[in-house]
Amino acid sequence: MTVITHHDLPIPGTYMFDGKAAMKGYALNKMCYSFNEAKNREEFLKDEEAYCRKYGLTAAQTKAILDRNVLAMIHEGGCIYYLAKFAGIFHLTVQDVGAQQTGMTVEEFKKKLVAQGE
Amino acid sequence: MARVVGGLTTSHIPAIGNAVPREKELLNDPYWKEFFAAYPPARAWVQKVKPDVAVVIYNDHGLNFFLDKMPTFAIGAAPEYKHADEGWGIPTIPPFKGDPELSWHIIESLVDEEFDITTCQEMLVDHGFTVPMSLFWPGNTYGDVRTIPVQINTVQHPLPSPARCFKLGQAIGRAIESYPKDLKVVVLGTGGLSHQLDGERAGFINKKFDLMCLDKIVNEPEALTKLSIHELVREAGAQGAEFILWLAMRGVLHNKVTKIHSSYHIAISNTATGLLVLENAA
Repeated sequence: MTVITHHDLPIPGTYMFDGKAAMKGYALNKMCYSFNEAKNREEFLKDEEAYCRKYGLTAAQTKAILDRNVLAMIHEGGCIYYLAKFAGIFHLTVQDVGAQQTGMTVEEFKKKLVAQGE
Repeated sequence: MARVVGGLTTSHIPAIGNAVPREKELLNDPYWKEFFAAYPPARAWVQKVKPDVAVVIYNDHGLNFFLDKMPTFAIGAAPEYKHADEGWGIPTIPPFKGDPELSWHIIESLVDEEFDITTCQEMLVDHGFTVPMSLFWPGNTYGDVRTIPVQINTVQHPLPSPARCFKLGQAIGRAIESYPKDLKVVVLGTGGLSHQLDGERAGFINKKFDLMCLDKIVNEPEALTKLSIHELVREAGAQGAEFILWLAMRGVLHNKVTKIHSSYHIAISNTATGLLVLENAA
């Protein structure tokens, strides 16, 4: 049986959050999942590195968090649905996050979105 | 007997959840005007059919489920479903009534048809569920409607295929229509259309593909079930894969449906929004 999977045909600029990524990013995603609760968001903001340690993040995951670098988080196994909860702590919208990942300003990113409807 | 009267689909973007309470003033806002202007005909249809039950097919984005236990298909069987803090500031809206008796009927019927779903007697529902409910029942007037959440995994690959989701919908449709109580049921499929939040391709939208899907789902849904998840991600974006929720909705309906209303708008947040109202042929 021939099954076309992402392993055969990668989609440029697109990361399938699969089992491999889910294992690699488990601690990072678990920490971000904890941000559903206000008390955890507050605890994180008091001492970000200590909170990362509490969840057992790797050095690379911790650096990505401290740098607010979403692409680096994804490379370390982050899943965007959980990372969005991290971004929300800093009131970043998905457009801010989109702009950061594509190297655009937020205004340029918004224009790109609208242009695809024309 | 219970009867599926029709189906509703809408995008469920969190930004809409923030905007809904301010809808009246936003009707004059250039960003929101076109989006909200599309909803009155859908609401009028809901008012007209007055459903007793809404089966809501949606995806959880990390409120109720985490990666420790990630069901492919999960169904609520609770007397009530609560919304809760999702972390980034969407307002929490009042709880939703359940219908555990109908839930268990659907569960028994699905397992009998070899859909081995996860059952949930406690279940928080997130924006994938709440935003569509607040759009179709403005002012959160859903108090008289009993709901049944059907959650499909779109977080962690492998996702169930479009064909499998369509078949799940068909099995849900058979389950509902074998329920002895005289109930009117609507089915919601939420999410989509094309969008991508993550990676260097973030912001990807595919109008041509979306319009094809909006068209074919009405009378030729089986053509869309031939898509693989990989093709769906390529054509509709990483999160555009949520279209499997629309296909599950379509599966619940009969082969013959009437299109009551549809709308398509680029863009709210990072998403091409789609709205569709289908009525089952009698």
